[in-house]
Amino acid sequence: MGILEVKDVGKRFGGLQALGDVNLSVKENSVHAIIGPNGAGKSTLLNCLVGKLIPDTGSVMFDGQSVLGRTPYEINQMGISRVFQTPEIFSDLTVLENMMIPCFAKRDGAFRMHAIENMMSEAEIVDKAEHMLEEMNMADKAGMHSASMSRGDKRRLEIAMCLAQEPRLLLLDEPTAGMARADTNNTIDLLKQISDERDITIAIIEHDMHVVFSLANRITVLAQGTPLVEDDPENIRGNPKVREAYLGETA
Amino acid sequence: MLGLNKKDTSLMIVVIILTMFAPFILNPFPVDSAMAQFNAGYPDLMQRFVIFGIFAIGFNILFGLTGYLSFGHAAFLGIGSYSVVWMYKLLDYNVIYGLPLAVLTAGIFAVAIGYVSLRRSGIYFSILTLAFAQMSFNLAYSVLTPITNGETGLQVYNNDPQVLLGANEATSPHLFGIVMNNSFKLDVGAWQFTFNNGYYFCALVMLLVFYLSIRIFRSPFGLMLRAVKSNQNRLSYTGLNPRPYTLAAFVISGMYAGLAGGLMASMDPLAGAERMQWTASGEVVLMTILGGTGTLIGPVLGAGFIKYFENIFSKINDTILHQWFSFLPDGLEDAVVFIIHPFIGKGWHLTLGILFMLVVIFLPGGLVEGGQRIGKWIKSRGKSEDSDSGATTEPAE
Repeated sequence: MGILEVKDVGKRFGGLQALGDVNLSVKENSVHAIIGPNGAGKSTLLNCLVGKLIPDTGSVMFDGQSVLGRTPYEINQMGISRVFQTPEIFSDLTVLENMMIPCFAKRDGAFRMHAIENMMSEAEIVDKAEHMLEEMNMADKAGMHSASMSRGDKRRLEIAMCLAQEPRLLLLDEPTAGMARADTNNTIDLLKQISDERDITIAIIEHDMHVVFSLANRITVLAQGTPLVEDDPENIRGNPKVREAYLGETA
Repeated sequence: MLGLNKKDTSLMIVVIILTMFAPFILNPFPVDSAMAQFNAGYPDLMQRFVIFGIFAIGFNILFGLTGYLSFGHAAFLGIGSYSVVWMYKLLDYNVIYGLPLAVLTAGIFAVAIGYVSLRRSGIYFSILTLAFAQMSFNLAYSVLTPITNGETGLQVYNNDPQVLLGANEATSPHLFGIVMNNSFKLDVGAWQFTFNNGYYFCALVMLLVFYLSIRIFRSPFGLMLRAVKSNQNRLSYTGLNPRPYTLAAFVISGMYAGLAGGLMASMDPLAGAERMQWTASGEVVLMTILGGTGTLIGPVLGAGFIKYFENIFSKINDTILHQWFSFLPDGLEDAVVFIIHPFIGKGWHLTLGILFMLVVIFLPGGLVEGGQRIGKWIKSRGKSEDSDSGATTEPAE
């Protein structure tokens, strides 16, 4: 029984069957990659997990509880954090302020009206945010305007913000899309470090095979909205069905 | 001091000094001089400065922090005024009953309007608030005549109950006997300074709510509101529900508007439906943008700027222009007056529009940005002069 259990999930957009009978089980503390050619339904599946879309059929259970019908912030409060394809951060705020928001969310829940307290005198929150930045080697950027950082740093900040909430499951949507090789390798190292050091499950959607095979210890291949095969990385490489559907004959 | 950091404390002190000494600062010209018409230190205008300052401070909590542009805040202004006048009619002229009620009623209306309008964002939110404000205006103007006295406007009549009215009590708005209309005039040489009770009352209220707005800006709640403006998507994927945050901001700014409306009726015991019209809602948007959206002091500056132009430019007429340019040859004098004519008197909106355009194009951060640029320029000038005297070999940039 995995931490995330997806059963018979189907989603239809008009005439297009984006997902049909997807079954997926993500084991606790694993790094599970979901790969597949364009249009395989990877993003649709992810959106069904975080509450952005509601599947037409099937069930999604996180840690024994259904996530269906819950809003994104409720699902997040259950312990699922999401990293977006293009880094979604609060670009009008400083890096430290960016970090403080998830710390407040973790402590105070979805809404709390503290309109008179000074945010900088909330020592517990400031400490936690600064500590988290230090862990991510970003302490020197604390006062910086987050919009002026490089894409790699934005990604790093976004991941740090997700981790500050101490999620049990971290979902990543093509975290290295559009990144330079050096940034990609940094991100791989960062994610490896996170999965080694923390009690966390990572599910990752990725296009880049280099990233997938250096991180994942379990891979699901999606094709045309249904899972083709789920196996360990070594077996995926050699699987003829996968080659045909995704890697191509020559790979 | 009082939970503010050093920078905010000094800003607060500057604002306290400016408001307390406004009767001097706004009256720089002697009474009989030709420039006396540019004096703004008379009670009516000073009261308007601070009341619209309060209105704009509140509006800025919504628009400046969350980015939700409401086009219906004048509705709360009107609601505040009606509340206060009703308290005059039922109890007596002491404003202490009306003002809390004004804040409360405006808050209740803000909850209802905000709850519906905040289901949408961007332009749809603006249109929804505009629709609500126009509905309120039309209700006040015609349908709800028994409550609002329609187009005549709500005022106190002799046969009103006024159950608490004492025998010797003042028959105009007052606070425990301090009559708002009363002024103390001080003559110093050719100058005359007016100290008006009503102005000082409004100014103290403004200082209080200005302090409150600084606290909100610096609070975790303020941080969340800025996060709403910056990236709502990330906010909801960070486990935070944006809706109650925006609603709280909407209600707070509605209460500020209600307070401002209540103060208007505290200065002049009248409430009319025209106070709720969309032009009044638009005016506060202009004030906030002109002064500097999302800055602490900007909205107050914007309010002062617009009210000053409204009252001073609209008073200049052709006769005054002819006096100014009488040194020119006749034909030229007429030509100059002809050119300037559309910009003054009733045409002051044209001047304001041009100034607004210039500010938005060249100073997107409003008057506050202008101030900052001047500050920087002075600093860098000071520095380059220093380096000039120090190292003569290096050409100063």
